[in-house]
Amino acid sequence: MKNKSSYSPQHLLYLRKIKRETYLVNFVRIAILVVGLLVWELLARLNVIDSFITSCPSKIFSTIYYLALEDNLLYHLSVTLYETLLGFIISVIFAYVIALALWWSERLRKILEPYLVVLNSLPKIALGPIIIVWCGSGSKAIIFMAILITIIVAIISLLNGFMATDEDKITLLKSMGANKFQILTKLVVPGSLPTLINTLKISVGMSWIGSIMGEYLVSRAGLGYLIVYGGQVFKLDLVMASTVVLCFLSAFMYFFVSILEKIVIKNRK
Amino acid sequence: MKKILELKNVSLTYQTATDEINAINGLSFDCLEGDFVSIIGPSGCGKTSILSMIAGLLEPSSGSIRIDGKEVTKTNSSLGYMLQKDHLFPWRTIEKNVYLPLEIKKINTKEKREYANYLLDKYGLKDFKKKYPEQLSGGMRQRVALIRTLVSNPKILLLDEPFSALDSQTRLSVNNDVYQIIKQEKKTTVLVTHDISEAISMSDIIIVLSDRPSKVKNIHKPNIEGDTPIHKRESKNFSKWFEILWRELNQ
Repeated sequence: MKNKSSYSPQHLLYLRKIKRETYLVNFVRIAILVVGLLVWELLARLNVIDSFITSCPSKIFSTIYYLALEDNLLYHLSVTLYETLLGFIISVIFAYVIALALWWSERLRKILEPYLVVLNSLPKIALGPIIIVWCGSGSKAIIFMAILITIIVAIISLLNGFMATDEDKITLLKSMGANKFQILTKLVVPGSLPTLINTLKISVGMSWIGSIMGEYLVSRAGLGYLIVYGGQVFKLDLVMASTVVLCFLSAFMYFFVSILEKIVIKNRK
Repeated sequence: MKKILELKNVSLTYQTATDEINAINGLSFDCLEGDFVSIIGPSGCGKTSILSMIAGLLEPSSGSIRIDGKEVTKTNSSLGYMLQKDHLFPWRTIEKNVYLPLEIKKINTKEKREYANYLLDKYGLKDFKKKYPEQLSGGMRQRVALIRTLVSNPKILLLDEPFSALDSQTRLSVNNDVYQIIKQEKKTTVLVTHDISEAISMSDIIIVLSDRPSKVKNIHKPNIEGDTPIHKRESKNFSKWFEILWRELNQ
């Protein structure tokens, strides 16, 4: 690292410019949120908009507060989080194993390709009634829905990563006498680590979609349940409050994967 | 000196959906221990396929390939293959990259690792063992790739245009570098290239191939004075050979 005093004035100017840009971006980001909330609140208080339909920030926060106080929030939150995480973990593990099998056998890949394409383009929500009949109306159905929605995309994304392995590197390993299993463990698996991280990121989003959609269909608890319930009884405050909590949760989970990514990338360098 | 590599009447035909392509037709040549042999030919004449067949990655349609008198049937530990790019694994340190063949061949012993370290030290990579490939220059990476090929102590090195991914400046010095390492380690080498001057400056024997279906057009022993490729390039015989080979390739 160079000492700061040894920088040329031009360089210092350049650094200042970058810093100013970062500040500006951060400032406008926060300003949009604050101004948006203020305008929303103000319009509701001045009765320009009907807060019965649109709700307003203060009501949303007090709803969250009361939900938290009555312990209900934590309960609904943990139900949804449990369903999402379980759906996410099961999907990723199975997707990894299936994608590996498809990489391993070209014949299997060819045979199953049309099935993957159809399953991928099928709106999984259409399977809702079937899932309810098969799994009942509890958490099991919701987790099943989350898996259905997540796993196909995860398989396709992982398989693409495995298939993108450099052919020349495979030739190199073969020339050393490597068998297929060694090619897998020495090259394909470590080489596709960035793909795995990307797949995790996509799967976080997908499993949230799956669990909330599942809760819309059948549930007696969870954030998706609160949203549907709030909509049915016209409690927009409840709908908005649950949505805000959901926003935070999914952002948190995504953030967690990003940290994982940083650790993995750092270990590679 | 004894024959270490023999190709006799080797032909290769491969199938595509619409056609049957006769790539190599009756190729024969021998290679003595310690020889540096270059194979040059027009592009698409199946040079890489020849190396793949010697390496046992591809089976010839007919004819025989023998190493040390033994027929090549599958990949063979007495061979080291070096490709166009260094293909170092970015997630492994230089040291770990060099150990890779030892892991694959399941001969990852302390003794072999010491030999790998000895080679790294000897060829100026001592301070880079714990570094990652992206921290090294193109020339150094190619040197690491060569050492990776050498650690399992192969009898024959197969080089498939190993310099073509480098810029022309680096290329000359890496040429020199690799040549000296190979000579010091006394390895028999088969180099495939489309670069005439590279072939002349490095090899004892140059095999010129014809267009597809390729067979041997001519075998030359240029015997140019000079002990390194750069010195050989300065010799006055160099341009004479360049012209001979250039004409032969363009016939």
